[in-house]
Amino acid sequence: MKLSKEEVLKLAKLSRLQLSDAEIARFQDEISAILSYVQQLDDIDTTGLSATYQVTGLTSQDDNATRDDVITEQASYESLMKNVSEQEGRHIKVKRMIA
Amino acid sequence: MTEIADTPVWDSIQVLAARVQSGESSATELVNDALARIKQHAEFQSIIATTADRARQRAKQIDDLVASDKNAGRLAGVPFIAKDNFLAFGSETTAASNMLKGFDASYQATAIEKLEAEGAICVAKANLDAFAHGASTENSDYFTTKNPHDSSRVPGGSSGGSGAAVALRLTPFALGTDTGGSIRLPASYCGVVGYKPSYGLVSRSGVIAMASSTDVIGPLAATVEDAALVLDVMAGQDPLDGTTIERQKSYVSQPRTKKSPRVGIIKEYFEDGIDEHVANTVKKAADRLASSGAELIEISLPSLPLALAAYYIIVPAEISSNLGRYDGQRFGHSAASTQATTLTDSYEQTRQQGFGNEAKRRIMTGTYVLSSGYYDAYYKKAQTVRTKIINDFNDAFAKVDFLLGPVAPTVAFKIGAMADPLSMYLLDIMTVAVSMAGLPAVSVPCGTAHDLPVGLQLIGQYKQDAELLSLAQQFEEMT
Repeated sequence: MKLSKEEVLKLAKLSRLQLSDAEIARFQDEISAILSYVQQLDDIDTTGLSATYQVTGLTSQDDNATRDDVITEQASYESLMKNVSEQEGRHIKVKRMIA
Repeated sequence: MTEIADTPVWDSIQVLAARVQSGESSATELVNDALARIKQHAEFQSIIATTADRARQRAKQIDDLVASDKNAGRLAGVPFIAKDNFLAFGSETTAASNMLKGFDASYQATAIEKLEAEGAICVAKANLDAFAHGASTENSDYFTTKNPHDSSRVPGGSSGGSGAAVALRLTPFALGTDTGGSIRLPASYCGVVGYKPSYGLVSRSGVIAMASSTDVIGPLAATVEDAALVLDVMAGQDPLDGTTIERQKSYVSQPRTKKSPRVGIIKEYFEDGIDEHVANTVKKAADRLASSGAELIEISLPSLPLALAAYYIIVPAEISSNLGRYDGQRFGHSAASTQATTLTDSYEQTRQQGFGNEAKRRIMTGTYVLSSGYYDAYYKKAQTVRTKIINDFNDAFAKVDFLLGPVAPTVAFKIGAMADPLSMYLLDIMTVAVSMAGLPAVSVPCGTAHDLPVGLQLIGQYKQDAELLSLAQQFEEMT
């Protein structure tokens, strides 16, 4: 299989990436090769098997991992805000959401 | 093979800590030794940054504890290096990515906290493939680490900085992460012990996520004994990581469960594609294990060759989701304050600038296999094949106690030799199945091929890490 340029652009958009033209061509080839490789699973018979999404078995009501919802000071407000790119007052400032 | 273990060669972790506790040596000396070695071996580029100032302060605290006759912990004063995808104080935490360049952690990984609580001291952060995506450290956004045994070759990856650091004896141990082989492969290529615990045994709180259904944390060390001690300190449930499982009582003083364990040699791993010399070295290692009392049985797990295809669907899917958080607003590289006019623009430019090729490739592959119309054919199918693989392991463990095979089909390759991404992915062929099933596995040095180190992979049953470590130690004592 070979992804079209349009398909790569759609993937880039869904992935929130603005690709250069060179990258589009490159990923067209490389992602196509990866998808062709993994397509070998098409021929594998999995009748009667269900999917495994996790291996710990921690899923039932009894053993689901919950904890009390208590406030801790694992990270302070100041320590969290020091990595923010733009700030106004005590808040994170972001760009306009609706163009 | 170059002899690299020159002075000072670290004694066992237990001995080092006992000497600090008794006052025979000091934490400050050990930290200074480690920092001097890091400087001395800088040309291998295993380290992104040191945490020297904080390490020296912590060493002083440990020495003060000892001076006032207080218990300084089981790892008192023992220096270590953490892969740079562990959040830690004392330097930035970058995951070797441009996206997190300059990132200043607001809290530390639980694993680091637990080691520090027992007196260990983090002295540096090790290089990796950016966000742990790779098998050689060539995908690091900064530089490629060189293999200590041959500097024209890769150290393996993604925990390549950690593997090289332990091979160079910069510190007695280092921390790595393993999603599909990232501890075992560099351990094999660098000739050190690399331990991948059962999924969920060590908390991942504060470790930068790659693929959450297979990510684990583990030690790289000079001996199985040292790796077991580090695991013993880190293992156990953590309220900050809901996937953690109950630990076994001890990982350090395991009684031998069986006089003659049954060990299955995985037939599929010795078939097509394996270097003949690597196969011979591993087979000889298996024979040594047999001479120590193990009963060897050849065993077939027919679904294992499918694991790589399933892995390269599931893992990119989880990566695309986990890397969604890098939007340039709260932390990390940001295009927010410059060119962008809308929020979407700012996301797209941030991610375009901050992610390298491999991250982009995996994000888009993951987005593809999760997208509507393809989800059932790719993602769900892969998770069903995963069940098939787990069933194969279960069938095998009905007949044997452990499984054995190589870690990788070849020895460390030349820097730049794996030009296309798919051939790099194929290096994981012997490690990913274990990750998909969540099993514990260890790479133990077992000899050389082409004058370079080869690792023996021993695989245990889920949640039976103590038994696996015991077998690994039994093997190590033979060599």
